Amino acid sequence: MDRVVATCDEAVADIPNGASIMIGGFGPPGIPVNLVKALRRRKLRDLVLIYCGGGTEEDGIGGLIADGAVRKLITSFPTHPGATAVREKYLAGELELEVLPQGTFVERIRAGGAGLGGFYTPTGVGTELAEGKEVRIIDGRPYVFELPLRADYAFIKAYRADRWGNLVYRRTMRNFNPIMATAANIVIAEVDEVVPVGALSPEEIETPCIFVDRVVEVPRDWIRRPAPAPR
Amino acid sequence: MPLTREGIAYRIAQDLPDESFVNLGTGIPSLVARFLPPGKTILIHSENGILGAGPKARPDEIDPDLVNANGDYVTLIPGASLFDHALSFAIIRGGHLTHAVLGALQVSRRGDLASWRIPGPRVPGVGGAMDIAVGAQRVWVATMHTTDQGEPKIVEECTYPLTAARCVRRIYTDLAVLSVEGEQLILEEVAPGVTVEDVVARTGAPLTIPPAVRTMEIPTEFAGTALLAP
Repeated sequence: MDRVVATCDEAVADIPNGASIMIGGFGPPGIPVNLVKALRRRKLRDLVLIYCGGGTEEDGIGGLIADGAVRKLITSFPTHPGATAVREKYLAGELELEVLPQGTFVERIRAGGAGLGGFYTPTGVGTELAEGKEVRIIDGRPYVFELPLRADYAFIKAYRADRWGNLVYRRTMRNFNPIMATAANIVIAEVDEVVPVGALSPEEIETPCIFVDRVVEVPRDWIRRPAPAPR
Repeated sequence: MPLTREGIAYRIAQDLPDESFVNLGTGIPSLVARFLPPGKTILIHSENGILGAGPKARPDEIDPDLVNANGDYVTLIPGASLFDHALSFAIIRGGHLTHAVLGALQVSRRGDLASWRIPGPRVPGVGGAMDIAVGAQRVWVATMHTTDQGEPKIVEECTYPLTAARCVRRIYTDLAVLSVEGEQLILEEVAPGVTVEDVVARTGAPLTIPPAVRTMEIPTEFAGTALLAP
């Protein structure tokens, strides 16, 4: 059982037009940038992306949107600095947006991965994001019903993997990655380093290999860090 | 004299108790972290999976895998923990945060909060604000008392889309501290040199005025940062 594939291009080669794809990451940490860039080279159409932000040119997600490859973005906060492609495409009527509260966004994905039919949340009650959704009173408090969310593919960024696809994360690289890894038919992980089976401590593995279909090693240079962003 | 943005943040930091677990929104709320009183254990939570976020990283401290929800490269304090987004929002929605400090476009007299969207041809984006507003044990708002055009931000009814209804407990502004108690909006404190009449004139909802309104105790500056507007 060896989940390692040689290149990002190979890892995304079978994705068809119209596919739904979850992409992990929040801020720069945890975005599988090289998988996204390989996807962009495929020049696909009508993709549905499930990603918390709006994407930038640097992370490639904004580039995919700018290319017109994306029909719909399911997101929470697509209004951060650099999310220019979302703004242009949405205001031009060329991109459908589904905006969710961030906790609802991740819990829908968690429910999708955990085999649940949905959940009731107090978040969003009485707001326009709950319009048209079922509201139920539980112990005197109103809750909104939310459906599970799954995808055809998930792009995951992790720190280390073994050849079976067990994944370890570092720092705030986790964010949506361990959750999305449970909720897609084909899960592809971009990692800094692939190590032999048995080299990872069972206690540090956050995503067990049962969830992971493909692993690509894309080493990062840990000595020469990127120049700090202006603050 | 009204408070500066930093002055509002400083005033809020004085009210956070020992052993509190706090989420700070963007804008003025994010400045609160600069003024946490020494001697208290206050853990800063960040939506992207940090409990115990420390100060912003110096250039030589930057870890490319460690940011807070504002996108700033940060440090971790000893005792910090890291986790995924599902656990992070279980902390938020599950009522485990003792305090949240959020920005506002408008707050109603009953504590309705509007903070996420200005109507019009704009991209909507909500982030974690709705979850935090319904989930934190105490939601405090940090905002200028009026808009740049002088319009009240504390109003009878919010006209902007709601983030959550009846969630705000306290409002800290450049002019005053107010608390929401049921149907009453109580004027607790005024900034130095600001009168009760000044606050009433700039508030778009009726205020309950106690017999003696305190004047904020706040220094003119803190470590070179002005807390009171000139």
